[in-house]
Amino acid sequence: MPDTAQPIIQIRNVTKRFGKVAAVDNVSLDILAGEFFCLLGPSGCGKTTLLRMIAGFELPTEGQILIDGQDMAGIPPNRRPVNMVFQSYAVFPHMSVADNVGYGLKIAGVGRAERDERVREALSLVSLGGFEDRKPDQMSGGQRQRVALARSLVMRPKVLLLDEPLSALDAKLRAQMQFELSELQDKVGITFVTVTHDQDEALSMASRVAVMNKGEVAQLAPPSDLYEFPSNRFVADFVGSVNIFEGKLILDEPGRAAVDCPGMGKIFLNHGVTGPHGADVWVALRPEKIYLHVPGEGKAIRAAGQDAPEGYNLARGQIKGMSYLGDITLYEIKLDGGAMIRVSRPNLSRRDQEHFTWDDRVSMHWRADSPVVLLN
Amino acid sequence: MALLGRRRPVAPLEYTRKTWMRLWIAGVMLFLYAPLIVLMVFSFNDSKRNVVWKGFTLKYYEKALNNEGLIEALVNSLTIAALATVFSVILGAMAGLMLWRFRFPFKGSVEGALSLPIIVPEICMGVAMLIFFAKIDWPVGLPWPLNLSAITIAHITFCFPFVALVVRSRMASFNREQEEAAKDLGAGEWQTFRDVLLPHMKPGLVAGALLAFTLSLDDFVITFFTSGPDTVTFPVKVYSMVRFSVTPEVNAASTILIILTIALTALALKLQGVKAIADAH
Repeated sequence: MPDTAQPIIQIRNVTKRFGKVAAVDNVSLDILAGEFFCLLGPSGCGKTTLLRMIAGFELPTEGQILIDGQDMAGIPPNRRPVNMVFQSYAVFPHMSVADNVGYGLKIAGVGRAERDERVREALSLVSLGGFEDRKPDQMSGGQRQRVALARSLVMRPKVLLLDEPLSALDAKLRAQMQFELSELQDKVGITFVTVTHDQDEALSMASRVAVMNKGEVAQLAPPSDLYEFPSNRFVADFVGSVNIFEGKLILDEPGRAAVDCPGMGKIFLNHGVTGPHGADVWVALRPEKIYLHVPGEGKAIRAAGQDAPEGYNLARGQIKGMSYLGDITLYEIKLDGGAMIRVSRPNLSRRDQEHFTWDDRVSMHWRADSPVVLLN
Repeated sequence: MALLGRRRPVAPLEYTRKTWMRLWIAGVMLFLYAPLIVLMVFSFNDSKRNVVWKGFTLKYYEKALNNEGLIEALVNSLTIAALATVFSVILGAMAGLMLWRFRFPFKGSVEGALSLPIIVPEICMGVAMLIFFAKIDWPVGLPWPLNLSAITIAHITFCFPFVALVVRSRMASFNREQEEAAKDLGAGEWQTFRDVLLPHMKPGLVAGALLAFTLSLDDFVITFFTSGPDTVTFPVKVYSMVRFSVTPEVNAASTILIILTIALTALALKLQGVKAIADAH
């Protein structure tokens, strides 16, 4: 994102209440021009409500929404410079594809010739050239979605809103559409704002993600920051798979810190966390950041006279469960201290998964910069 | 049938190939259509008594078509049915949309009140209408077609709830996101209604119109109570003819009416597509 990027959408202290329940609770965020922004969260977190307020289908109870510097209060959906791709696609079933895509232009009073030209352009943009005369019921779900996309893009909106754009597609098609949507956004240069509950979708497509929980923004960050540097337990847990241990901060200096977790032992970090000494904290550790090995195999490591390579954490335990997922195998391990931990291990060769089995004693180690200390 | 059926075993859900099912269907068809077919066949019977088949003739059709009273009654009935249909569809569509779209206090009571004309026995409706029109001194003896006004109003009263019900159930399958999509693309309320809601509603409107038309056309009881002394509709006229004797002339007139109804229904189905009408229910 260039530094010159201007916020195209400014959401200022927006609250939306349905009765007593606040679906969106005092949210403020800026969406920059040209970015692929994603609202991520579990169902009921308020992400769709926020999107619908941008589109104008819901009105904020409090707060202000500005699009391109203009306050949207009192401006109905049909006069906002944004267009939306609906979860059900909402393609008009009684109109041909060309009539669907051309509908907005027709309403806007664009002449026949220009309309036809722009419809053709939009359809070729979503690889539906030649489908002009088809009826929606002769098309697959994926194709209908492209019609909905073309129908919105043809309006050249300042912002394109997408409500759960991939949820109705099967897994293979979804993966393909993730790439296509990113590519499309690159090509047209329009700001995309998408809503999803699927973290893969958010991580793979978005330039920035706002994770929402109970109507509030839990964290707003680029995908890799979200995954590697979650700012609270909710984000760590919601985005990806994670082990979370509760413990006390017993050492906190610039350059090193330690957390004592019951059932787990001490976890060392190679950086300070600037938390109050003795405070209750949580340590988040991703399953794929843990190396798994047979205790005997660690000889080379122990030759150095230590439990693990310099600066590594070490733990031992027994495998209590495993699930083979093809590319990786997931292990549930009971630590000697009593806590359970999940470890994932890539199957780098065909028989890798046979290396460990139930009740095997195993050693684990992980880098001192892998765990994330969370204060809330 | 049985011989053919043995070639390939009958699958568990292949009911149409089961003998008992075929017999059942044949029985249903017989009960439904035998009386109608007998009526139509005997309209060509060359006999005054109309009990025994005496030979083929078209003379009763000639007689029926030359019977001025009968033709006048038919024209009256068709006029009333057409007017009642138009008003019922407009009123019914609005009522159906309102019930589907809005939440308002006493919605349940409004719904109940709306379906009252469907539930209330026709005879009560007829009497109520008679008293109502008498009480408000509805003018009688007006020139045609104003003399049909009372009957038409009565017919609208019991026809439009049917339209409302059909339209409402049709709208239940409407995806509200389509409405939002239209607005999102710049359409105002009216444009959204015209371009998105109305096309979805259309099969319901056609089905409702067919219902209203046929209900109005063959209504006897309510019409009998609300028609003035000089206004006769087709069912009332046929009833008065039957009181003397069931002549083939009555059969002929009825056959014409049946064919007219079937033709209209077929036309509507063709215009709309049978599937769409079926979808409306």
